[in-house]
Amino acid sequence: MWDHEIRAMASTHAIIAASVFMATILPAVLVPGFSVYGTHLLWLYSVSAAVAAVSVSVFWLLGISPPTKKHTLGYKLSRLFRSCLYFFLSCLFFHTVVILYGAPLIESALETFSLAVLLTSLTTLRCLCVLGPNIQAWIRVFSRHGAMSVWDTCLQITVAFTLIGAWLGAFPIPLDWDRPWQVWPVSCSLGAMIGYLTGLVVAPAWIHYHRKQLTYKCK
Amino acid sequence: MKGLTVLSLLLWLCAAYFVGIYLFVGGFLLVRLEVNRTSACEDVLQPGAESADFCRGPPRFRRVVVLIIDALKIDFARFDPTKTAPRPYENKLPVLEETVSARPAQGRLYPFRADPPTTTMQRIKGFTTGSLPTFVDVGNNFASSAILEDNFIHQLGQMGKRVVFMGDDTWENLFPKKFYRSLPFPSFNVKDLHTVDNGILQHLYTTMMGDDWDVLLAHFLGVDHCGHRFGPDHPAMADKLTQMDGVIRSVMERLQDDTLLVVMGDHGMTDTGDHGGDSQKETDAALFLYSPSAIFPGPPTEDEPDVVPQTDLVPTLALLLGTPIPFSSVGQVLLPLFPPHEQTQGAVRPLSQLEALWINTKQVNRFLDTYSSLSSDIPPERLSELKASFSLLSSDYLGSVGAGRPPSPRLASSLQAYLTSVRDTCRATWARFNPAKMAAGLAVLTFACLACFVMSELSAVLTEEKRAGLKGPVAAALTVGVAVAAAQLVARGYVEAAWCLAAGAFASEALFLWRAWRLKRPAVSKNGAKAWKLSARRLLAPSLAVPLLRCASLLSDSYVIYEGRVVTFLLLSLALYVPVRLNWDGHLVPLTSDPLKSAGLLPSPALSPAAVRKESSSLIGCLGVLVLCACVSLSFHGCREEQGGCSPSPFLSPLSRLQDSQLKNLYYILSVGSLGVSAYLLRLWLCHYGNLNSSGGTAFAARWVLPLLCVCAGLHWAVGAAPEGGFRKLAELIRVAQLALPRAAFALLGLGLALIWADPLTVFLKTRTTASARSPALPPRYRASTGISPQAELHHLIPQIYQRMRRSLEDGELGGGEEDGRPAVEAYGLGTVYSAPLLLHCGLLGVGLLLLHPEGLALAFLLLLLEMAALLHIHAAAANLRGSPAASTGVFSVGWTPVALWSLAASQFFHSTGHLPTFPSIQWGAAFVGFPDGHSGTFLPACLVSLNTFASNILFAVGCPLLLFWPLVREVRGSRGVKGHGEEGEDVVMEMRLREKPHQFSAALLQLSTRYLFILGAQVFSSVCAAAILRRHLMVWKVFAPKLLFEASGFVVSCCFLLIGVTLVLRVDVAVGRWFKKLIPDASRTRSLGFSSKLPH
Ligand SMILES: [Zn+2]
Ligand SMILES: [Zn+2]
Repeated sequence: MWDHEIRAMASTHAIIAASVFMATILPAVLVPGFSVYGTHLLWLYSVSAAVAAVSVSVFWLLGISPPTKKHTLGYKLSRLFRSCLYFFLSCLFFHTVVILYGAPLIESALETFSLAVLLTSLTTLRCLCVLGPNIQAWIRVFSRHGAMSVWDTCLQITVAFTLIGAWLGAFPIPLDWDRPWQVWPVSCSLGAMIGYLTGLVVAPAWIHYHRKQLTYKCK
Repeated sequence: MKGLTVLSLLLWLCAAYFVGIYLFVGGFLLVRLEVNRTSACEDVLQPGAESADFCRGPPRFRRVVVLIIDALKIDFARFDPTKTAPRPYENKLPVLEETVSARPAQGRLYPFRADPPTTTMQRIKGFTTGSLPTFVDVGNNFASSAILEDNFIHQLGQMGKRVVFMGDDTWENLFPKKFYRSLPFPSFNVKDLHTVDNGILQHLYTTMMGDDWDVLLAHFLGVDHCGHRFGPDHPAMADKLTQMDGVIRSVMERLQDDTLLVVMGDHGMTDTGDHGGDSQKETDAALFLYSPSAIFPGPPTEDEPDVVPQTDLVPTLALLLGTPIPFSSVGQVLLPLFPPHEQTQGAVRPLSQLEALWINTKQVNRFLDTYSSLSSDIPPERLSELKASFSLLSSDYLGSVGAGRPPSPRLASSLQAYLTSVRDTCRATWARFNPAKMAAGLAVLTFACLACFVMSELSAVLTEEKRAGLKGPVAAALTVGVAVAAAQLVARGYVEAAWCLAAGAFASEALFLWRAWRLKRPAVSKNGAKAWKLSARRLLAPSLAVPLLRCASLLSDSYVIYEGRVVTFLLLSLALYVPVRLNWDGHLVPLTSDPLKSAGLLPSPALSPAAVRKESSSLIGCLGVLVLCACVSLSFHGCREEQGGCSPSPFLSPLSRLQDSQLKNLYYILSVGSLGVSAYLLRLWLCHYGNLNSSGGTAFAARWVLPLLCVCAGLHWAVGAAPEGGFRKLAELIRVAQLALPRAAFALLGLGLALIWADPLTVFLKTRTTASARSPALPPRYRASTGISPQAELHHLIPQIYQRMRRSLEDGELGGGEEDGRPAVEAYGLGTVYSAPLLLHCGLLGVGLLLLHPEGLALAFLLLLLEMAALLHIHAAAANLRGSPAASTGVFSVGWTPVALWSLAASQFFHSTGHLPTFPSIQWGAAFVGFPDGHSGTFLPACLVSLNTFASNILFAVGCPLLLFWPLVREVRGSRGVKGHGEEGEDVVMEMRLREKPHQFSAALLQLSTRYLFILGAQVFSSVCAAAILRRHLMVWKVFAPKLLFEASGFVVSCCFLLIGVTLVLRVDVAVGRWFKKLIPDASRTRSLGFSSKLPH
């Protein structure tokens, strides 16, 4: 049963990673003048959209989302509405945090917000998929004993890697090398993306090697 | 408590660090040997030639007038008639341009480039000796001593020229008794724009008309002071420059044909009006040469120099006036002032270009010979190259000009090339390091850092042991030091103190580390494996990784340039890590809120869910405050020259510079408001914890001295902001107030600090009978919060204390933890008996330091206070949420995270109080607070300026022990959350817990201070490494060397004030011990009463 879950996770991650690559390559073929640095925002949106779409559909197909108590249409709709609301709030939250960390307040607000959208679709969206719109559960997941399934552990790993990647991405900005990827927010979004991809690879591997130690209380 | 052990260990550690820094800085900062020989008229420059070289024939000029206009930037001197809207400093000296264009044979204007440091004294030294300065001439700068090297003024005196001097009195200190007549005026008060200039103008023209002078030196200071006071972009600067224009015109009218006029600036100024650094704005001054008779061959030609180095003035003037060139001069003559070789025929004729160059070359060659025989600084291969090229030139010259043949056309340019290459060689050589000393300094520093870390890990063992004292290491230091000194004396005949210190420090550290290594084993077996383990995992944990990143960032020039923002970024990252980590460990949210959690997995929670929720929300709230403070404080940053597109914070300029009176009022109100709020918050805290009830010295300081100090500060600002000449009638009063108010504030500060030190106790005692009538708002003295229910604790704790107290009475034992046994006595403020004086100390110091800053920074200081409080609260809340180890195990250890946050905040506010690690950014105005007329010595201004520069380091260092007390102080809150369960849970021990376990107290204090020292020391170490590794980097003198000096001096200041803070804690401890001893008999009388009133609950 564990091997089965890990295998499912690995293939999910492979699909998501593939979607990221497609979202980078396809526009490069289709849109003239597309490049990751040059038209950075376009790349950001395409990657965010791809990750969002693929994650939502894959997790929905797999049926990872927590069991809902009611099955009425109204309840489902309110869940959907809350999910959208949380997504937007999370964008705002990331935007604020990034500004507090020193991003320019007004000048490149669009760039900053795009970065926030990317971070949201890499982290918050996954939380929404795995845990549903339930902030208490989100807070609970990020504690040592909070994971209650392999998917929770996987969520911990990918989110941590993404955020650390984005954080590390800020480090090259002050250097006086004058490279195109030092422009705000290129290095941060690249860092987040690389962190996310690393997380996708690391999570199944880590879980695979630690499957003996991992015990989940109830599922 | 073993105060002396703690103090001596810390002192030893600081000494080790200081020795390391001293060694490294001594090897890193450049040195030049002063050649104490002088040139004379009859000198024969080239051995073998018979005729004397200097003083041949009649001089070109008999007299010279030198007008030095301090800080006359080249931009001030240029004139651009096409400018329609010139800035206040532009186009204000039209006389220069008019002369140059109308009479090109008589006048010239050049940019005049100074060698950094561009401070007035260094420059005077530079352009009178013709030599190059070394990087920092601190020794000379602070002990304004006479110039001993051969110099132009000395040469003029030797030739019997009458030098009349008027102006800046720095000259009088540099050249005592060298002037025929001298009219010095005080120069130190930068607010005074007119005294020096008007003094000069009173005498200048009459002296010129007289006939008892040959050289007239006038040094005007108005432009420089105007820059310092208002900046260049201010109407006052326009007035000043216009005045100077008039002066130059009048002097030119009175000149005679045999007189040369030199108008020059000694350096430029930055856009803020300061100088001292090496940016082009500071180095490029103006040089204007004029004579009523034609001196230049014609209008400027192609081969005129673009820029004249300041060293070139001395040889030029010397040869024009017919005096010897000073011995150590490495400048070259300014060729346009000498006639070309072909035109100089005839019996009585001035020196031609070639002759002047040749004399100059021979003089420089002689200096090079002498210098290389005295010192082996100059690389031998370079030296032999220069010698070869000189002998080539020599034969060339003697073969052509000496023999009367026409010289080859390239001779002049190759002579010039030779002079330039000597100058460059000298500059490169004097920018040379002493690698052995640098390596020794690095080694001592490395071991000091290591010893510091070891000490922080082994603090419990070190304070426990009797022999852990420093007898061994200190003895080793002394023996080895003396042995090395003796060996040096035998081998070389003299002692170099640096090496003795190095050997001593190194031996001492090595011995300490070896002993620690041996101590380690029992320590590990006692405390388990967790002590003393530096695994990779631990280094990767953010609490150490973030300080490591900060250290690594010092190795990159871009990161040093943007240091203020980098530090804020790291601070926020680490602060955000605190709740994340707490949540990861499952402490942040109450466990009950998670129904899925099985209770058996975690140890039973120390706090109830309500308390957890309260603590968590207070933690998050404080985090918000911290983030807000950090972000707002970014707006107080200054600007480095390297930061393009940056404008310095408007709060950094003093109010007197503001012209908009409405804005001025707004700023003033804001400043006074922030000051008031800070003081009020401090008082509120003291009042809340009952520390204001007592009648001791500290409470008096809090009640009266602090508010008075604030009032003084507010009034001082008001007086300082008063517009110049706005209140003509009150001018005298304002002058007195400017003198008296800050001095009164300093006196009050001294009084407050003295009161705190003399009587640090803030405890108000009430016996139980009166206590029943106390107001409920005042928190009682004793509360306890362990994990047990308050009622059980009450029954448990008090009899225990009672037992202990009785035992102490019977044994007659003194001190220790027996003082808790007076349940019948209520003591207000006992719970915060350690932190209250410390906090007040910080507050008083803060207001005092604020006085030394521009007024607008009061807001930054308020933010500093808030951020400090937020950090302390976050630390306390995190400790409480973690289940407060102090309550359960009695170990008061402070983790790395809060200490790292504390040190990051110190660096952050270094920048947020408008400071930068560059010399131009030093706020010199601090030296004049309370001393508007300047100083006689140099010690006091140096102190004031360093207090101003390192204000944030000082405050955070003094306040460092608060990190130890705060979780204990804040225990109250934790148990108030429990209050719902039982109203009797009133007895909280707070800081008295420390008295119960004096040993752990001293261990924790030592650990906290060594941890703080370790982080600061690691920063110094890394900037030392940066300077050592990157010593050939392009940016070394612009970025790394100043950063090293600032970091090192900041470290020294922090160490001193950390020691002061720790000593204050120990002082309080002694006072508390004495107080308890005095109380015990009293307690034994009333204890039965106490129990009767307490136990029935
Ligand atoms: Zn000057
Ligand atoms: Zn100046």
